[in-house]
Parts: sequence; structure tokens; C-alpha cells
Amino acid sequence: MLKSQLFRLKAKVLNHARIKSPWIMHFDATSCNGCGIEIIACLTPKYDIERFGMVEKGNPRHSDILLVTGAVSHKTKDRLRLIYDQMPEPKVVIVIGVCGISKGIYQGCYNIIGPIDKVIPVDIYVPGCPPRPQAIIDGIVKGLDLWKDKLKEEDKRKEEYML
Amino acid sequence: MSREDSYSIPLGPQHPALIEPEYLKVHLDGETIVDVDINIGFMHRGIEKALQQRTYMHDRFLIEKICGICSSIHTLSYCGAVEKLAEVDIPERAKYIRMIIAELERLHSHLLWVGIAGYEIGFDTVFQLAWRDREIVMNILEKISGNRVSYSMNTIGGVRRDISKSKAEELHKAIDKIDARIYHYIDVFTKDSTIIKRTRGTGILTEKDAKKYSIVGPTARGSGIFCDIRKDDTYLKYSTIDFNEITHKTLDIESRAVVRLKELLESTKIIRQCLNMMPKGNLSVKVPDIIPEGETIFHAEAPRGEILYYVRSDGTDKPYRVKIRTPTLANILSLKPMLKNQQLADMPIIVASIDPCFSCTDRVTLLDTKTGRTKTVDETYLKSLKRQ
Repeated sequence: MLKSQLFRLKAKVLNHARIKSPWIMHFDATSCNGCGIEIIACLTPKYDIERFGMVEKGNPRHSDILLVTGAVSHKTKDRLRLIYDQMPEPKVVIVIGVCGISKGIYQGCYNIIGPIDKVIPVDIYVPGCPPRPQAIIDGIVKGLDLWKDKLKEEDKRKEEYML
Repeated sequence: MSREDSYSIPLGPQHPALIEPEYLKVHLDGETIVDVDINIGFMHRGIEKALQQRTYMHDRFLIEKICGICSSIHTLSYCGAVEKLAEVDIPERAKYIRMIIAELERLHSHLLWVGIAGYEIGFDTVFQLAWRDREIVMNILEKISGNRVSYSMNTIGGVRRDISKSKAEELHKAIDKIDARIYHYIDVFTKDSTIIKRTRGTGILTEKDAKKYSIVGPTARGSGIFCDIRKDDTYLKYSTIDFNEITHKTLDIESRAVVRLKELLESTKIIRQCLNMMPKGNLSVKVPDIIPEGETIFHAEAPRGEILYYVRSDGTDKPYRVKIRTPTLANILSLKPMLKNQQLADMPIIVASIDPCFSCTDRVTLLDTKTGRTKTVDETYLKSLKRQ
């Protein structure tokens, strides 16, 4: 009994710390990079996403939230899958921009396979062409709540496994 | 040391330095770069083909989405080419508004580059400050056009929105603010010892190499070559405006930074003159849906260099062929001479110094891996592939 109580306490402290500092990563799967510069604009003083403890990281193994822009092309498909697999559980995938949701304006282009959710599971969609930084921040904060639930689920699973 | 003996590491396609994917294979001897293989094409979408399947007016919206950073210069060139084919002369006021938007775009694009350059050399303060000042430009663009990234200002036959008197006043104020900041950045990039240690003497591109690889835009002007389409083959109303072509002859990254920063001052000069010279009148003229048969080219000076549009019409409402040549496609070749014998740690800033934009660049070329030859293919060859 004591073992499970200790586990719960440890998980509570860890989750509290993790939720205050989620690390985000951006991958561009064939977009016009309009959404990309809006994501970078989120990091800068006017919008300042760092107030939620977020830092942009280049390494998928270190990041918790994946931001994907653009539709998937033949060449980026495997990369996107690989990056998703490399990220530690639990993870949240957020699609920024309308191309990643429904191919958008690239409808009918021969090298576009399809929206992001054809390749990896997606949690949150932020529509717009490109969405405003405020919308992107809103999407990421909503993703944070989802991530919190996922963390708790993960802990439950671990606890069951342990006992 | 030959290429075969060297140690090679991959860089990309997903990496923190640039927001777009591209893949560089670097061959190293210790920390020194021996050779580099450039593998682009991650951003290829097939837009040139898609353009042939849509009408001229629909194409204008797709062309805007070729690149998010230089969206206005793409539509400016495309609309210019189509107007040339249709033999339409657009109103004077529209010409000035097109120029103002193009120069505002250059302001935001170069300020973006200043920030990225600061980020690449580990000077995050410059990144944060430059992007804060870029917001001034983004705000004014949003006030004029209603959009932060894709302005949708140019249309075939003119422009879609006007710059009213009150907006012109705001624009004047914003430009004055930016001017003061640019002087500050020129100071930072030429006097700050942290930046000078990373930029001075690295990534040398000689004038001979630049000519050999046909480099364009600020990268070429950083090697002391005069090439500015606004001066060489003027379009719109650039011939009536007084501005200087900036070149710098130290050939390194500092040279390219100084060229870009001083160009910003020229851009604000152009905007001021345009606002004062802008006559009253209509914004656009009607252009028929069916464009007469013929072919034409239109080139303009994008923030990164020369952009060229070839449009061919077969007398219908859809173009027969639209060919786009973007500046990064020319400039990316300069990475090879620039990177040779440099340190690995300098690589991100050298790659960033040409201000690469891969969503403009990526095209299809077939490469035979056994012989290393590239070839172009015809329709029957593609069909034969399909049967296999």
C-alpha cells in the first residue's frame, strides 16, 4: 500500500513540473512556411509563448508537443512518421494551418498525399491560412490540457502495471 | 583528404536552425568541412503543374501560397506577366501601391533574416529584438491589407485595396520608427565583438565564384557585384524613384548582413517617395478572362534576389505553362564554395547567410544514382514507368 502511495506522490510532483514546462517542436511537412513564421513569431516578445514555459526544441526525443504545418508530400511522409515515433509518450500533435487539415489550397497537386491525420494521429487542429499567433497560442494551450489528461492516464497505466 | 576518407554527418531534414526541411550531408575532416552534398526537394508540391489546371484568376491565389515570406513579389511578377500578355496598362496609383507593398515585404523579410542570423550565432537577444521590430511592419501590413502573411493585394489588372490618407500617415510614422532601429542594427552588426568574431572572414564568396554560379540578390551584392533588377531592368515606377544600389566588398557574412541592413534604409526611402508621389485614381482595370495567345517573361527583385516568371498562353482561360525561377534556386549553389574549409560550427550561419527559402525552390529532377547523371523525361517515359 505504501508503495502505491509513494508512486502517486512522485507522479504528482513530476506532473506538476512537466506541465509547467512543455517543450514544443515544429516540423514543416511541405507548406508555404507562412504558418512556420507565425509559429516563430509566437516565440518573440509580442506574443511570448515562453510564459507557458514552452521552449522550441530541435530534438524530437526531448519534446512533448509536436506542431506540424502543411500537407504531407511523398518525401516528408516517412520523416514525419519517424519523428512522431521518436517522441516520448505521452505526446500531443497539433496541426497548424488549413493545408494540414484538408490539403487546403494544394488540392489537386500531384505530390501532396493528404492531410497530416493520414500519417499520424492528430489531437488538435488550428485552422487558418495562416492562423494568427493568438489562435496558435490558443491551440497549444488547449493541447496542454489534453496533455495533462494523457499524463494522468499514463500514470494510471504504470501504477496498474507496477502493482 | 579526399571525400571517401572523410567522416560524414547528416544535417536535417528536421533541424532547429531553419523552419523548412532540407537535407545536407557534410563530409568532415576533424572539424573542417571537406565537401557538402545538398539534397533539396522536401518542399516540392507540384504547383507549376497545378497552375495549368486552374484559371488565371485562381492561379493568383495559388501563387501567393508558393512562399509565405515573399508572397507579394510572387503575385506582382505573375500579374505583371499576365498583364503584359493581355496588353493591359494598370492605373498609376496601383503601380505605386504595388511598390509600397513589395518594399514593406522586403522590410519584414530582411528583419526576419537579421533575427535568424542572430539566432544562428547564438545571440538570442538580436533574434528577439529584430522580431519585435518586425512586428511594426507586420502591424502596418495588417492595417493596409487585413492579413499578416498573405496580403492578397495584387490582382490581375491592379490592386485590391487602397492606402487611405490616414493609413499613409500611420505608414510614415512606422517607417520613421523602423529607420531608427535599422541604424542600431547596423551598429550592432559592424561593431559588436561577439557578432564580428562569428561573421567576419567566414563564408567567403569571391566575385569570381559568384559570377561562375550566377548568384543573385543580396548574396551577390555582398560579393561586390552590381545586380538589382530594380535598377537594371526597371519595372513599375522604379525608374522615377531615387535610391541607391547597395554593395559591399568584404565578401563574408558580415558583408551580406551589411548589404541587407543598408537595403532596408533604401526601402524606407522608396516607400516615403511612393507615398508622396502617389496620384489619385482608380485601383484596377478589368482584364478579360481569356488571355490572347503568346508568351512572355517578367522578372522582379524579390527580397532574396531575382525572381523570374515565364507565362505562355494558348488563347484559353487557363495558362499553357507557368515557369517560376526563384532566387534561392540560384543562390543555393553558392553554398559549396562557401562551406569548403570552414568549421562545422559555422555551418548554420553560412547556410542562413544566403537567406534560403526552400518552399520557393524545390523542383523535380531525376538523378541516376549509378552514373550520377540527371535527365529530363517525356510523357511516354512516365507512362512506361506507370505500367511497371
